[in-house]
Amino acid sequence: MTAAADVLAAAPSREPARHSMTTRVVIYALLVFFAIVYLLPLIVMVMTSLKPLDEVTGGNMFYFPHDLTFEPWTKAWGTTCVGLTCEGIKVYVWNSVKMVVPAVLISTLLGALNGYVLTKWRFPGHKLVFGMMLFACFIPFQSVLIPMATILGRLGEIGQALTDATGYSFGFGNPTVNLVLVHVVYGLGFTTLFFRNYYETFPTELIKAAQIDGASFFQIFRRILLPNSAPIFIVTVIYQFTNIWNDFLFGSTFAAGDSSPMTVALYNIVNTSTGVIEYNVNMAAAIIAAVPTLIVYILAGRYFVRGLMAGAVKG
Amino acid sequence: MAALEISELRKRFGSLEILKGIDISLEKGGFLVLVGPSGCGKSTLLNTIAGLESVSSGEIRIGGQRVNELHPSKRDIAMVFQSYALYPNMSVAENIAFGMEMRGVPRAEREKAVAGVAKTLQIEHLLARRPSQLSGGQRQRVAMGRALVRQPRVFLFDEPLSNLDAKLRVDMRVEIKRLHQQTGTTIVYVTHDQIEAMTLATKIAVLKDGELQQVGSPSEIYNSPSNLFVADFMGSPAMNLLEGKVARDGGSPKIVLERKDHSPIVLPAPASADASKLADGTSVIFGIRPEAVNDPDSVDRNARSVAAFESDVEIVEPAGSDTFVVIHVAGKELTARMRADTVVGVGQKHKFAFNLDKALLFDPSTTRRI
Repeated sequence: MTAAADVLAAAPSREPARHSMTTRVVIYALLVFFAIVYLLPLIVMVMTSLKPLDEVTGGNMFYFPHDLTFEPWTKAWGTTCVGLTCEGIKVYVWNSVKMVVPAVLISTLLGALNGYVLTKWRFPGHKLVFGMMLFACFIPFQSVLIPMATILGRLGEIGQALTDATGYSFGFGNPTVNLVLVHVVYGLGFTTLFFRNYYETFPTELIKAAQIDGASFFQIFRRILLPNSAPIFIVTVIYQFTNIWNDFLFGSTFAAGDSSPMTVALYNIVNTSTGVIEYNVNMAAAIIAAVPTLIVYILAGRYFVRGLMAGAVKG
Repeated sequence: MAALEISELRKRFGSLEILKGIDISLEKGGFLVLVGPSGCGKSTLLNTIAGLESVSSGEIRIGGQRVNELHPSKRDIAMVFQSYALYPNMSVAENIAFGMEMRGVPRAEREKAVAGVAKTLQIEHLLARRPSQLSGGQRQRVAMGRALVRQPRVFLFDEPLSNLDAKLRVDMRVEIKRLHQQTGTTIVYVTHDQIEAMTLATKIAVLKDGELQQVGSPSEIYNSPSNLFVADFMGSPAMNLLEGKVARDGGSPKIVLERKDHSPIVLPAPASADASKLADGTSVIFGIRPEAVNDPDSVDRNARSVAAFESDVEIVEPAGSDTFVVIHVAGKELTARMRADTVVGVGQKHKFAFNLDKALLFDPSTTRRI
């Protein structure tokens, strides 16, 4: 009934729009206004990062740079002080990369595998399992901090024991590994949701045909399902990448000092309590921190929209 | 030895029984068509043969070997799906070779086999394309190629033609028939289309609500349906089924069909019926196919028992090769299949004749044929 109502409601709006001149002006004025509102912070950031410090502190932040300089960028990257070490943010960008790449790939692949099992290899109680995974999407970050800390502490003990016994911790207790684990566990609910909904509409006959052809569980996954999952794969990667790269809470809680991710380092730079606050360096560092997510969006953004739409249209 | 034997096969989903004790066997090189209305369990039956669904009880034997516990890939079967189920990320050649690749057949051998099948199906020029670049008929061919290349003991077809338009469907039907005649393979074919069933099968199994109604050759199913359901389901237009009564005054039993505004039609009981079961006053269903109702001149000259009567013509449907004439008998419409050039006018009286050799009687309480 609702579908029919939608069709009826949608029909009249299909007429070619004949707006008057004033309507058009109002629309464009609003669009331009909001574009400026959204762009302004970025413009100020870029301009500030290209000014020498005295120009920042002495001038108006909306003025264009008088003496154009890239020195704040090189300083932010290579020599600015984060806490007590003054080696720039490059170490921390690298920390973030080491954490994000495995966390995104593992959580996405596991999500795909979960989606595959929950739709094509149904077992009794699959609905309950999926419901509980969905519930994981609604658990606030803060509430898992303490239990997670307990678990990571236990893992650290195992790492210590392994180091004592063999001289090598096998990654147990390593802060980057810990963060990867936390993000994978926390992201699984979302990635499973994405993939389950996508595979729900994937023709089951293909799976049956592959079974008759003699493909195993993982062969079907790798040869049939994954090659046909590009849109949802991209959506999930973008979603997970942005979330994990931008995460501050887990990073600041579970990875201290030298192993902290980019976001925590940025906070430490900006929040320094010693010396002059170098706004231009801070701005450069903030932009560097945002660049990877921007790149991911620019490269794969159209798939993001397409992938989300694909999920939305099918009922 | 039968290529396929199914005995006492049952399938339950919880308390719901989908297949209620199916017994069928199919000789090597046979073409078995499972036919029935939607929801009758025919696709489920096919899936259990393929091993895509487990069985609750009973046994399936392929080539004498029990396959109940075997994985689909180990049953030596190939299946053509309704949606063709071609892998969209692979070329036609890769689609056809995928099964062999999974079984570890060397590349050179795979290519040779693909080329051979492509030649048989005339799809050599399509081998490098993706399924999305093919038309419906071409996809159908590729799906058959994927099954053929396996050279299995049994082919399974799950409504393979239902996604094609009417013209292509007839072409592909002929193609499947030709393929069967050339290769002599054993085929199990599911359809809800009774014309496909009649034209393709060497053996038809009619299913309804998970129960086998009748198994037999197409002519057995068509000419001697074992019950009302089979009689009604097979044939287009459907068999005329009229309520009548047995009248038996001493001699041989007669069938009386009441008519409104007309004297009843009294017929000798058809020879196919068991006369001993026709007591005086028994209600029966008189079944006669439209082609056995004609004008007296065109009735089959070899017919031993013919009954003529007169009736008002209600509807005339010229169909090109034939003209269908609808009249009213025993409170029901009766369709007669007449020659195309028969001159009949709506509302006029016309002479008709039943070819009683082809007529059947059914028991209305059990729906079985008498």
